[in-house]
Amino acid sequence: MLELIREPWTWWVSGTVIATIMFSLLYFGQSFGFSSNLRTICAAAGGGKFVKFFEFNWKSQLWNLVFLIGAVMGGYIAQHYLSNGNPVQISESTIQDLSLLGISAPISSQPEELFGLEAITSIKGFLILAIGGLMVGFGSRYAGGCTFGHAISGLSDLQIPSLIAVIGFFLGGLLMTYLFLPFIF
Amino acid sequence: MKLIKFLFTGIIFGIVMAKSEAFSWYRIQEMFRFQSFHMYVIIGTAVTLGLIGVALIKKFKLRDMSGNPILFFPKEKSVWRYLLGGTIFGLGWALSGACPGPMVVNIGYGYYAMIIVFFFAIVGTYLYGAIKDKLPH
Repeated sequence: MLELIREPWTWWVSGTVIATIMFSLLYFGQSFGFSSNLRTICAAAGGGKFVKFFEFNWKSQLWNLVFLIGAVMGGYIAQHYLSNGNPVQISESTIQDLSLLGISAPISSQPEELFGLEAITSIKGFLILAIGGLMVGFGSRYAGGCTFGHAISGLSDLQIPSLIAVIGFFLGGLLMTYLFLPFIF
Repeated sequence: MKLIKFLFTGIIFGIVMAKSEAFSWYRIQEMFRFQSFHMYVIIGTAVTLGLIGVALIKKFKLRDMSGNPILFFPKEKSVWRYLLGGTIFGLGWALSGACPGPMVVNIGYGYYAMIIVFFFAIVGTYLYGAIKDKLPH
């Protein structure tokens, strides 16, 4: 059994677990969305003193911060107890495309060329991560949600705004992948 | 102690993000290059079950654990904020390979470089809050 858990999980198991998390949170009286934590952190850090958008009772969002801490712990548990140490099994064509950008085939879950010590201590490598994060944070709040709030919770409720947001996610993702990445790497 | 169930749900979330490999930059690239069904069938399964579940909750007017009705609030109608915000999000997603949830899962997994990404995601959120009145919504 433990051997099976240590393998990467099949798609339908992963999808079912994600849906179960969404319904558990609904049952607990909350709704599934992760990026609102970013706003909560701004508010908890005192952002409300300078920007009205962060002036709200952030303590009502404490449950989501606890969920965030759980997510960090889950990552730790997955790596230490539930991993067989194999690299991600991405398709051969992706490996080839990425090699043209100078990114080597997976030896773990993340590329050294982006997340390794050498990369993040270079100016270019640091800026890639900083600008990537900046756009995710800015964009998710502008769009009013991230992958979970819109693509999972919103689409499940047939929300048109969520559909538009998901189209935006892909528009941006495709622009980055095909237009900008070849210049960046 | 009321919060412990959220810690537990969060742990499950972190584990599934890692074990589904959805937290990997490589998987996000593969998705945007349409070279595997992996990410699509994961999201597809979650949304299909989500659609059925939400429809059942509405039909049978199900209640949460405290006895309150489970309500779904329609999001504010607009095109610009979702399209522009979504596009900016997508640009960042394909570059850093992580949306906010998977960022912190990566940190727990030991990819400490994600602390930079997560920190700047907070900065980006702050920036949005500071200039939001000047943006089309």
